[in-house]
Amino acid sequence: MTADIVISCKNAWKIFGSDPQKYLKSMPSGHSFDDIRADGYIAGVKDVSIDVNRGEMLVIMGLSGSGKSTLVRCFSRLHDITGGTITVEGQDLMSLSEKELIELRRSKMGMVFQSFGLLPHRTVLENVAFPLEMRGQDKHTRRERALEVVKLVGLEGREEYFPRELSGGQQQRVGIARSLAIEPDIWFLDEPFSALDPLIRREMQDEFLRLQGMLGKTIVFITHDFDEALRLADRIAIMKDGAVEQCDTPDQIVLNPATEYVRKFTEEIDKARVVHAGVLAHAGTPGEGDPVDATASVQDLARLLVQDTRAIIPVAKSGKVIGGMDRAAALEILLEAS
Amino acid sequence: MADITGDLKADTSGPAQWTRGKWATILLLVAVVMTLLRYAGLLPDILHRIPEALIPPFATWLDVFFNFVKDDLGLLTLTRTLTEGLEWLLDVTANLMFGKRRWPHLGPIPWTAVAGVAAVIGYYLGGWRMALLGAGTFIWTALIGQWKIAMETMSVLMVAAPLAFFIGLGLGILAWKYVAVNRAIKPILSVLQTLPFFTYLLPAVIFFKVGPTAGAVATTIYAIPPMILMTTLGLQKVPSEVVEAGNMSGCTKWQLLRHVYLPSARTEILVGVNQVIMLCLAMVVLTAFIGMPGLGAKLLAMMGSFKLGRSFEIGVTIVLLAVTLDRMSKAWVIKQPEHFERDTPWWRRHIVLLTGIGVFVFFCIAAQFVQVFAEIGRKQNFSQGKEIDTAIKAFLAFDPVQNTTQAIRYVLNVWILNPFRDFLLSIPTPAFILLVVAFALSLGGRKPAIYAAIFFGLVALSGWWDRSVITLYSVISAVTLALLIGVPLGIVAARSEKWSQRVLLACDTAQTFPSFIYLIPAIMLFGITATSVVMSILIFAMVPLTRYTIEGLRTVPPEMTEAADMAGATRMQKLVKVQLPLALPTMAVGFNQAIMFAFFMVIIAAFIGTQDLGQELQRTLAGTDLGKNFVLGICVSLMALTFDLTIMKWATDRKKALGLPD
Repeated sequence: MTADIVISCKNAWKIFGSDPQKYLKSMPSGHSFDDIRADGYIAGVKDVSIDVNRGEMLVIMGLSGSGKSTLVRCFSRLHDITGGTITVEGQDLMSLSEKELIELRRSKMGMVFQSFGLLPHRTVLENVAFPLEMRGQDKHTRRERALEVVKLVGLEGREEYFPRELSGGQQQRVGIARSLAIEPDIWFLDEPFSALDPLIRREMQDEFLRLQGMLGKTIVFITHDFDEALRLADRIAIMKDGAVEQCDTPDQIVLNPATEYVRKFTEEIDKARVVHAGVLAHAGTPGEGDPVDATASVQDLARLLVQDTRAIIPVAKSGKVIGGMDRAAALEILLEAS
Repeated sequence: MADITGDLKADTSGPAQWTRGKWATILLLVAVVMTLLRYAGLLPDILHRIPEALIPPFATWLDVFFNFVKDDLGLLTLTRTLTEGLEWLLDVTANLMFGKRRWPHLGPIPWTAVAGVAAVIGYYLGGWRMALLGAGTFIWTALIGQWKIAMETMSVLMVAAPLAFFIGLGLGILAWKYVAVNRAIKPILSVLQTLPFFTYLLPAVIFFKVGPTAGAVATTIYAIPPMILMTTLGLQKVPSEVVEAGNMSGCTKWQLLRHVYLPSARTEILVGVNQVIMLCLAMVVLTAFIGMPGLGAKLLAMMGSFKLGRSFEIGVTIVLLAVTLDRMSKAWVIKQPEHFERDTPWWRRHIVLLTGIGVFVFFCIAAQFVQVFAEIGRKQNFSQGKEIDTAIKAFLAFDPVQNTTQAIRYVLNVWILNPFRDFLLSIPTPAFILLVVAFALSLGGRKPAIYAAIFFGLVALSGWWDRSVITLYSVISAVTLALLIGVPLGIVAARSEKWSQRVLLACDTAQTFPSFIYLIPAIMLFGITATSVVMSILIFAMVPLTRYTIEGLRTVPPEMTEAADMAGATRMQKLVKVQLPLALPTMAVGFNQAIMFAFFMVIIAAFIGTQDLGQELQRTLAGTDLGKNFVLGICVSLMALTFDLTIMKWATDRKKALGLPD
């Protein structure tokens, strides 16, 4: 996976406290989260190194207070990091002047917030057009564009409403529309569906997947809901106490948890739904007969796994066989779930 | 001294409390012993009152300082230049509102047009009832024959309120943005809020000429502090996500302030506007003392010559104006934007504005043809001043009434007030200070106690000790009487939802009245006497006491009263053991406000004739005694601040200890 890297984060630190810069310099290496807290500082982001590839959806997940929201705010420089480097499209984020930063946000970044962050005194249309207004586009163009995005998120006919006249789900659609108005390359979503009730949340996730299918943005998505992470992610980064415990594909996280913490997290998960045939394929032993598709989950293949008699089942990716899946191993995953 | 660190972190723990109490008791005992020694004639005079010779000439020093600033630094030239701009603005509004012969020579606007526009605005903000209130106020004012004086007052208000708004907003933004500014501004604000208004008036006169200009300046300065506080509060409360959304939209700093912060702080800023308007109105009436014409001046003259009927009518006008302005600005606070359906035609979107303009133009034209639409002449008004006057005086002369008021006067004066005053005056100065410090220490802890010692020490050094004590005596006795009436009233009202609402509404309305108004009923009943002073303070101070008692009792969490019910408590037990202890911190806030109101009112009451600081202050207005004026003003402020610091400290500590929200 040597894809085009959009955001590159190297040994990033974000420490809150009275003089974090000085503290970080003098801090002995190997200090834990609790050690730092004992010194009167809070490690929001603790020595994080992570890359975000172009067009991928990276889901950062963790419990509240694990630093996930802080990390995404470091990516957008809503927070200045204390140590390390973060580069966006090759530009060192911390070296940008205020003007350059504003320019970057105006042209490349969009962000969606947990409690929407809508401006109460502006209509839906004015809220969506806000980033365009800030970069000085004329009234006519920004209206056109805003109408387009409002339609995209399915809020047609409510352009003149004020935020307080909308339901939570509708308000978040406005938030999404606003973040998309400038056609950003990088899309940050900070627990966008957490404030919504479960039914609406599901609907919004589908809506979000539809949008992403159309737009193909680079996405950093924050959530504390593991199911949501599994549903959406290309890769998942699990955070605890400001540090990334493991960053990998959903299959790998479920199959090979890197730490005890991650294992506990994944315990309750129905692995058969997460693990795909492609992951179980071994290139050396292709097997014989009709192949199964690499993108099918073990659960999708349940009937076949039980009825088929072959020991090794070939797996094909876009019609081409990439290896063989050990039926017994796949069955093991399936049975473990029940 | 390490022992008295009644450090408040340890507030709830036994030993610290005990230590604090012990020290307070010791101070109290020393004070009592000193007083007894004095009575026995054993205390040397030097310990009773600070001898004249030892009192530093603060007034003279201040005069030297002021003269330096005024003349040598050229501040006077600067303010006189500013005066010209302000005067020009005042002339414009004066011309428009009551036809003063100045540019733009358009006025006066017919009263019908003003009333019409008020109705339209009222309708927009709060429906038909508000429209009726708006129109009704101005129709009353015109018909009763007070249009011109009311407009004199309004024309100053129209300049002072926006000015106070913009200055307050600007300073509020600065205080929010820069911690240093906030730190510098905070103590100044608390002094300004306790400084008696006479202290605003004299500098205004000296630096800005007598009349409307000085009145407008004093009014503006008086109204600025709450605007600063509300702006800062509102900006701090903007949700961080909204700000981040602004940042991510690529806002520059200026755009962020203009498009994100200020609109999001709308509610608090508009509450600030409401307070600015109400304080301006209260002050603009009081500027009568420096010769500003208008409702206040007329009221002052009428009360001075004991014309109760006309005083009453003017009082009604002022109250109506206050209620209208208050209700409308409050309606504006809660008015939320509402969307129009798509393709609503242009005129439909702006229907209110168009109607307003229509009504205005219509009446302006109509007034050209129908004279009464333009102006109600001297002979045409419906003033019943004489008749009301006769009626009130007849009522007061009616035997049972006269007997009652005289009995109250006699009992209050002879048995309560005078002995209390003489007692306070008989306490030696150091003992008095010790008493206040003991009070501050037991309630608020070490910090308020230190402030109390410094503040009262300064008052003692000011050379106005006796007058300060008399001021304090009026405040204490009036607030105590107000407590005896206001708190039981609040407790009774709090028993039912319906009565709570009613009494709260009455209190809220009463709080909007300019303080000057409270003199009217007192003077009506008790004439121009010392009893009237106490009575007017009493009425004024009762309002916050009742209000906060109800509020405190109503906000006791229902689980707790339910728990008391289930424990088998009687109504009385529930009240005494559960509700009152929990309501006490909130009630203390009301008590504090009552004391602040009382300090404010006692100065106004100087008009009736008192022997306290207010009287001296009022006297300084006639001259150019800036130094003395300031010394007197600061004395009042220091005493008020001592109480403010102590009681508020106690209330917040107590709330924290009980786990109640602020």
